[in-house]
Amino acid sequence: MKYQSQAVAKPYFIAAIGLFIGQIVFGVILGLQYVVGDFLFPEIPFNVARMVHTNLLIVWLLFGFMGAAYYLVPEESETELHSPGLAILTFWIFLVAGALTVLGYLLVPYASLAEMTGNALLPTMGREFLEQPTITKLGIVVVALAFLFNIGMTILKGRKTVVSLVLLIGLVGLAVFFLFSFYNPDNLVKDKYYWWWVVHLWVEGVWELILGSILAFVLIKTTGVDREVIEKWLYVIIAMTLITGIIGTGHHYYWIGTPEYWQWWGSIFSAMEPIPFFMMTVFAFNMVNRRRRNHPNQAAVLWALGTAVMAFLGAGVWGFMHTLAPINYYTHGTQITAAHGHMAFYGAYVMIVITMISYAMPMLRGRNAANSGSSQVVEMWSFWLMTVSMVFITLFLTAAGVLQTYIQRYTDDPQPFMVVQEKIEIFYWMREVAGVVFLLGLILYAMSFFVGGAEPEEA
Amino acid sequence: MPPGAKVLTVKPNHPPGDLAIWIFILAELLVFAAFFAVYAFTRAHHVELFNTYQRTLDTNAAMINTLALITSSYFVMRAVAAIREDKARLCVRWTIAAILMGVLFIAIKSGEYAQHYASGVNLRTNTFYMFYLSLTFFHYMHVLMGMIILGAVAIKAGKGAYSADEYTGVETGASYWHMVDIVWLILFPLVYIMR
Repeated sequence: MKYQSQAVAKPYFIAAIGLFIGQIVFGVILGLQYVVGDFLFPEIPFNVARMVHTNLLIVWLLFGFMGAAYYLVPEESETELHSPGLAILTFWIFLVAGALTVLGYLLVPYASLAEMTGNALLPTMGREFLEQPTITKLGIVVVALAFLFNIGMTILKGRKTVVSLVLLIGLVGLAVFFLFSFYNPDNLVKDKYYWWWVVHLWVEGVWELILGSILAFVLIKTTGVDREVIEKWLYVIIAMTLITGIIGTGHHYYWIGTPEYWQWWGSIFSAMEPIPFFMMTVFAFNMVNRRRRNHPNQAAVLWALGTAVMAFLGAGVWGFMHTLAPINYYTHGTQITAAHGHMAFYGAYVMIVITMISYAMPMLRGRNAANSGSSQVVEMWSFWLMTVSMVFITLFLTAAGVLQTYIQRYTDDPQPFMVVQEKIEIFYWMREVAGVVFLLGLILYAMSFFVGGAEPEEA
Repeated sequence: MPPGAKVLTVKPNHPPGDLAIWIFILAELLVFAAFFAVYAFTRAHHVELFNTYQRTLDTNAAMINTLALITSSYFVMRAVAAIREDKARLCVRWTIAAILMGVLFIAIKSGEYAQHYASGVNLRTNTFYMFYLSLTFFHYMHVLMGMIILGAVAIKAGKGAYSADEYTGVETGASYWHMVDIVWLILFPLVYIMR
């Protein structure tokens, strides 16, 4: 750790891992509810479990991004963070607001939560992924503004690098597009139209800039390859991301009542969205092959390479699978979407946050550059357990989705939804088993922080 | 070396410019290729419609634009040739000349768009116009992007950043600009002429 103030990243990372565990516990509950419908009913109904599963994901990734930025920006800017105190204050605000929101989901019916939090004054609740009460959303905006101010001031007073600027653009974009969560028009077409400006333009737009810059940072640090080379790649990747991703929003506008040209625009541009992910894979492996040193933190390098591969598979390949309008006509909103969602979120965003945690945490905990060998072995085991089980979750959901699409929508004699759900039950069971293995991998990951702390570092 | 023979200053350099720009160019060409393929596929199903509305386009304006882009590519080529002989000032002038051709293209194309707008043509008018407007506008944005890149090259060349020994940046900008030109050379006959 080169700058004292980088230490503020530590609570963010710890919170991220804690909430990640919560997310997966709810994921396992949710997976079981697919096959045992009344499991934990009425305490935790399916819709609540799902809301907690997805909301926790977003919140812990945001904790991860903020922690990553607080660690990365001082080092890139070669100066202390503008205000470490503000960073700690916003950490607690965000954590308490997040905890209260999740407790609200779990303890009171959603409609009562809306009433209690004054949703009627400025209605924003009730939409998938944006279920948070309006006051929580306002809290997120305040935290985001304080965070951007802190990061922005640090970059302004210090060295300006491509990595930190791309990160800043990504983070500003994240905050700006979140504002559309406050726009809640009565017209259902418009509602969906702008809802995607938060959802799609986050994950297939500005978040990719955050991903690219964090990956570039970790590769610069672990491979020793010239910054110029890595920055050049970053430029090309983000340019391609924006060219394909922004108009690629069109792949959500096929069937919501928007004009027909979106079917063409969406198909063509989103078919190209795998390109930047493919470039990222080539980039990561290329840089590691050209490394000038063997960094002692091999676990971090493994996570970085894993991110590049899994993001390409999950976001790129599994996204492409159902992105063309004529195919999406049949597959829309089936388990194929769920398969894509799982692997893309894991590959692109979960893994990049863990990459950063894996790289930074040893230093944040007072080590020189890396954890001990035995700790890294445990961490690598957790990498493989989580990654392989996620591959299986994705494959099982894909099989379920293909079957569902066929029986429910494609045959001459289409079957009703619930009939089809029973027919694909076996895949849900197998997914649940893979989900439990994922949870075990995650527990192992958490344990890796407590292994071999007394052992010396490898040279 | 025989008397009078010139020293070959041009280094073997394949591909010209930075490798990263070539990856970018290939990716861009892939997007255009997909667009062209879909255009061809859709046209095959609506030949009458496409032929009818193709006639409403201003081929003269497009022809002038074609000449403008070809000329600009020539200018860019002269700019690269100039820097290879270490003539940075000349390189800047040729690059600016190419940018001015880009300005001409943008002006004419904007005029066409203004006419379409005035006559109420938009993306929803029909499938032909949808493709025509999408394709040409996507290309239009690339001309603007190319002009920005050439502008950056001109500024750096003006500051003496390039020489006969190191001119990768000039070739990088030139390669991108040629891509923009080549795409138009396919787009022009495909959308304006072929029936």
